[in-house]
Amino acid sequence: MTLLAVERIKLFSTRSPYWCSALALVLGVGLTAIIAASTDNGQLTLGVTQFGSSQLALSVVLVMAALAVTTEYRFSTIRATFLAVPNRTSALLAKTVVVAFIAGVLGEIIAFGSVGIAKVLSPASDLAINTSGEWRHVAGVGLLYGIGAILAIAVGILVRQTAGAVAILLVWNMLLEQLIGIIPKAGVKIQAWLPFMNANHFLQLGGDNAAEQAGAGIDFKLSQWGSLGYFAGVAVALLVVALIVAKRRDA
Amino acid sequence: MIEAVRLQKHYGKTKAVDDLSFTVRPGRVTGFLGPNGAGKSTTMRMILGLDTPTGGDVTIDGKHYAQLSQPLRKVGALLDAKWVHPNRSARSHLKWLAVSNRIPVSRVKEVLEIVGLTEVAHKNAGGFSLGMSQRLGIAGALLGDPEVLLFDEPVNGLDPEGILWIRQFMHRLAEEGRTVFVSSHLLSEMAQTAQDLIVIGKGQLIAQTSTEQFIADATQDTVRVRSPHAAKLREILAAHATVTDDSVSGSLVVHGIPAQQIGELAAENQIVLHELSPQRGSLEEAFMQLTKESVEYHAH
Repeated sequence: MTLLAVERIKLFSTRSPYWCSALALVLGVGLTAIIAASTDNGQLTLGVTQFGSSQLALSVVLVMAALAVTTEYRFSTIRATFLAVPNRTSALLAKTVVVAFIAGVLGEIIAFGSVGIAKVLSPASDLAINTSGEWRHVAGVGLLYGIGAILAIAVGILVRQTAGAVAILLVWNMLLEQLIGIIPKAGVKIQAWLPFMNANHFLQLGGDNAAEQAGAGIDFKLSQWGSLGYFAGVAVALLVVALIVAKRRDA
Repeated sequence: MIEAVRLQKHYGKTKAVDDLSFTVRPGRVTGFLGPNGAGKSTTMRMILGLDTPTGGDVTIDGKHYAQLSQPLRKVGALLDAKWVHPNRSARSHLKWLAVSNRIPVSRVKEVLEIVGLTEVAHKNAGGFSLGMSQRLGIAGALLGDPEVLLFDEPVNGLDPEGILWIRQFMHRLAEEGRTVFVSSHLLSEMAQTAQDLIVIGKGQLIAQTSTEQFIADATQDTVRVRSPHAAKLREILAAHATVTDDSVSGSLVVHGIPAQQIGELAAENQIVLHELSPQRGSLEEAFMQLTKESVEYHAH
């Protein structure tokens, strides 16, 4: 608990988490607002309200989480941290828990905020959240952010430099996994096992506009919850590697 | 007490610290002296568990740093005053440090007072001058009221007032019975600060002794002699001492015999002397002499 309090103080006594959160909120909810405003009243579906949260804002949250680690290396406060808490694994785990939790809460705010603004701008559309699939589609965004944050922190610990970590995360999430689909035949099969593809699979709503949603056309071998588990597994595995490296490396 | 036994740190083929053994006793200020690149910072980082030694061992009161449960209450360290987030206030910086070791947060106010930063406590550390950063670093080191204190080059870049403050401060800490270990590459600074000295060069131990002893051993007394009959005088003195020429002033520098004896020898041989002045060897010269062999980067 002590270490969680420490990481909370550290995170909230600098400005970058506030800026990143605000940016994620504006991008996520803002995109939904634009979509809602440009769609005929009554035609908006729940499936399109989460484009902003699951694609655009997710990237900002990944950057925020990576920054929480890389700025510590950038300003050498990681050394001050390891002097105060020589057990590096607990110190870094505490940071992961705090950042992942904040990312999760932020995810819920953005997801439900997006639905809310869609309802306001397109009151005639059916945007009710009734089925378990619909709940997963909206509330699942928070889980995605939390796990994404774990993955981003792992990358941050391994790379240590802001520019490098941010580049890796953005290219991986926004470009690489999509581009692999270009490879004939094998591409789609590989995509079925890529972490962010599985993350999107977890959110998939199915139904009428399934073809428009991210991850469409990929033959996933896992159930939707299985895909989330897989995404989490990759994130945790990466974190374990990062913690081992951090423990062995000279600070 | 800090105890290093055959401590080693190798980076590939470079031996940053090579078979270094020493002890730092409580109740005294111990200086850690060596030229730049001698391995002082690396050694301090190994003491604090930031770097893992390639070989050997270093302990604080018999324990590794990593074994201390609330290390800030036992050891306070200032390795680099810039290890602070520039957008975090001085108070927040000290607050998270305090919380991490279950030190009452009220202590933050106390240490800010001790180092004289109370008025800028709410300001971001990024805007601090080097002197203020250094004070903030010291506040952090004092937070847990530790028995052992480590300072790496604490006076670097400070103005004379700041240097004096730190020097007196370290003496006070040692008088309170604490172990104070402070590194520097300036012997003149250490001569005024430290009671004991551990001198290293190229990662190896050169000397561990009291500062007084080190200075007495290292500095030799010489006598400067000027005479119109320099050549003749040189011949006579060479039988009793080492004589070297000072080409700049044209005088002789005599090692090994006191001024009084030189004067007597000159009188016996009826040689006129224009100058006969005993010189005390400078500390820096002595230090350079000692570490000449072990300076890593020479200017040519």
